[in-house]
Amino acid sequence: MWELRHRGGGGPGPGGEAASPPREGEAAGGDHETESTSDKETDIDDRYGDLDSRTDSDIPEIPPSLDRTPEILKKALSGLSSRWKNWWIRGILTLTMISLFFLIIYMGSFMLMLLVLSIQVKCFHEIITIGYRVYHSYDLPWFRTLSWYFLLCVNYFFYGETVADYFATFVQREEQLQFLIRYHRFISFALYLAGFCMFVLSLVKKHYRLQFYMFAWTHVTLLITVTQSHLVIQNLFEGMIWFLVPISSVICNDITAYIFGFFFGRTPLIKLSPKKTWEGFIGGFFSTVIFGFIAAYVLSKYQYFVCPVEYRSDVNSFVTECEPSELFQLQSYSLPPFLKAVLRRETVSMYPFQIHSIALSTFASLIGPFGGFFASGFKRAFKIKDFANTIPGHGGIMDRFDCQYLMATFVHVYITSFIRGPNPSKVLQQLLVLQPEQQLNIYKTLKTHLTEKGILQPTLKV
Amino acid sequence: MRLHTYPLAGCCHLSPCGFCILLENICGALESESEAKADGETASDSESRVEAVTQPPSADDTPEVLNRALSNLSSRWKNWWVRGILTLAMIAFFFIIIYLGPMVLMMIVMCVQIKCFHEIITIGYNVYHSYDLPWFRTLSWYFLLCVNYFFYGETVTDYFFTLVQREEPLRILSKYHRFISFTLYLTGFCMFVLSLVKKHYRLQFYMFGWTHVTLLIVVTQSHLVIHNLFEGMIWFIVPISCVICNDIMAYMFGFFFGRTPLIKLSPKKTWEGFIGGFFATVVFGLLLSYVMSGYRCFVCPVEYNNDTNSFTVDCEPSGLFRLQEYNIPGVIQSIIGWDFANTIPGHGGIMDRFDCQYLMATFVNVYIASFIRGPNPSKLVQQFLTLRPDQQLHIFNTLKSHLTDKGMLTAATEDK
Repeated sequence: MWELRHRGGGGPGPGGEAASPPREGEAAGGDHETESTSDKETDIDDRYGDLDSRTDSDIPEIPPSLDRTPEILKKALSGLSSRWKNWWIRGILTLTMISLFFLIIYMGSFMLMLLVLSIQVKCFHEIITIGYRVYHSYDLPWFRTLSWYFLLCVNYFFYGETVADYFATFVQREEQLQFLIRYHRFISFALYLAGFCMFVLSLVKKHYRLQFYMFAWTHVTLLITVTQSHLVIQNLFEGMIWFLVPISSVICNDITAYIFGFFFGRTPLIKLSPKKTWEGFIGGFFSTVIFGFIAAYVLSKYQYFVCPVEYRSDVNSFVTECEPSELFQLQSYSLPPFLKAVLRRETVSMYPFQIHSIALSTFASLIGPFGGFFASGFKRAFKIKDFANTIPGHGGIMDRFDCQYLMATFVHVYITSFIRGPNPSKVLQQLLVLQPEQQLNIYKTLKTHLTEKGILQPTLKV
Repeated sequence: MRLHTYPLAGCCHLSPCGFCILLENICGALESESEAKADGETASDSESRVEAVTQPPSADDTPEVLNRALSNLSSRWKNWWVRGILTLAMIAFFFIIIYLGPMVLMMIVMCVQIKCFHEIITIGYNVYHSYDLPWFRTLSWYFLLCVNYFFYGETVTDYFFTLVQREEPLRILSKYHRFISFTLYLTGFCMFVLSLVKKHYRLQFYMFGWTHVTLLIVVTQSHLVIHNLFEGMIWFIVPISCVICNDIMAYMFGFFFGRTPLIKLSPKKTWEGFIGGFFATVVFGLLLSYVMSGYRCFVCPVEYNNDTNSFTVDCEPSGLFRLQEYNIPGVIQSIIGWDFANTIPGHGGIMDRFDCQYLMATFVNVYIASFIRGPNPSKLVQQFLTLRPDQQLHIFNTLKSHLTDKGMLTAATEDK
């Protein structure tokens, strides 16, 4: 491949790291800024052209950010050897995160929604910061503002579409909110357009390519983080169990695959992540399926987890009270013959949801790791060790959530395809928006249908 | 002066908006820097750069016929003539396609979309010298196929509901459509992860990102165009013609009156062209809407008729497309000196400087969704029928009380 230029240490290379701002403190790697180019503009663009087309080995590493382990932990563990110290830090932080998670579950769905939102913002920030470091584009005019502005626009659009459905009763009361809901798409589009026009106007002669890269980087990041987080919230509103079981399956898969790999690991799984092994993968798969099955059983008993989240206007808060659907009612299944012999029982009673949980856990263990490989490849491509250093011992938030990335979409698609039909409140909302004549027609159609089905008793009018 | 050196502009030829001009500028910068550095540089670097960067100027595509016919004119006017003749050819082609009907229009939109995608992806290959990346060309086309399948499935299921319900395989495909599309996309994603090669990670990620952004731009816009088309051909023709007209008018006004530059990015655009183009386009839009609103074939939504197994555009034109009287404010009356008794309500022509077609399609779609039509009643009924009985009852009662409040429902009408 003649296209990929190999940088020898010798010849003068066009604009290399030596010319870039020294704030990163990178090794210059034998590149010399010896040529004087007449045209500064092409030089800068060309430098980034080099950045793109060199092989990975020529790209210097981005130095890791500072170590953020709190002093307390450092003092408490100062006696242990370095390897175990790392283990202990990771372990303590894991337990802390899990207990925080339980606490927030206890506090309710609204707090969970806020948690998802803050995680989304932090993930976005981490990925964008990596972009700045890779392209040395921190000082691009307007760009930081524009990135946050686009994040705000897309969030506004998605929250308006999803949340407005669920708060239909609350929204009907307020006049201004009515206006915002009715013309929601138009307002969101206008906001996005304003950002787009600002981007075009902010294009500066010397930095065209860079600005376009950052624009694309921002959009791909939005596509990844914001859409996923909104699907998570939609799953959450279906019932907290649709949020908890998938996420805990992925976490369980991570932990059990790691443990199985640690004790039994021998055959490497994929060149991309040398530490992953087939034993860990398969062991993790089976333990996750069992874990999902048990977790589904435990959680299906409580209305708190099973019922869709609704906003009640009288109480002015979220309630999760309902008649649990058939998925969450115990049913008897007759066992296939070989299991009958093993378990010595004719039938077993379990929740239908547990069968769905097998599908969810299977996805989490088989395809979820691909999200992890994707993030590993990304980190290798840009020569970073961790996305950020937010969580001591674990890296950034993105490091924790890279496997979750595909899970949220899968659960959402699964629910819409196999579980529920359309959202009733959304249907109602759309009905109320129609023209009165159309509403009357629909009313008559519905009435005939319901009467035929016997749901509506025909009233006799004098 | 070259006619069209870059393969980019097939789709943007009619509307050289800022975005396309910028991409052309970047490619121009690449080429000019290779020319500037071709002399006086050390051998290996300049060679590789020239090799790497030079996109061979596309062969002059002007047909021989035209070349001979115009051979005696001076170079500048020849260029004008060639542009003019090609423009007229394209407009004539456009008219022919409109005559052939909505299905052919849909095919044309899809072909344009595929060509745009191909062009942008090819630029990516040239920029990143990544033509030989393992699997990558296959994966790009595969992703294009997936996203198209997803969007066409969603559109087709809506509009051809009765047809889909009749055929068993189509029914299953439409019921589990999202799941099937997601599975297809996931397969592509996993193939991408498995195809990551040790030395080329960054490049592969760049191409992945480039493909996705291109899909976002090209495919979503073309589907919104098709959505607009199904609302009624007038929602497709008027916006596109307005953008074309704006380009042509802005160019002419700029040519004759242009003096003050508009934006550093495009030095040839002028404020005079901008403003002149604005007014000319508004007038053009009004006239065009007036002409087209008279014909049913443009105004009616496209529907699929199961009996005849074909597409029909036959309906009762909605209120938007019927002549209505508007009172002209006194100011304008005194200016014009006479009294228009009839004017047609039109919504074309107000859309102006959203220049390139791709923003236009989104805008029209959002506009229609927000201001013109509400949700589709038959689709709502379908959704209603899939709900649980208690939910159905709840909705029915709410609707009933709503209609009674509005006074639409009285005891008399209920009995019918």
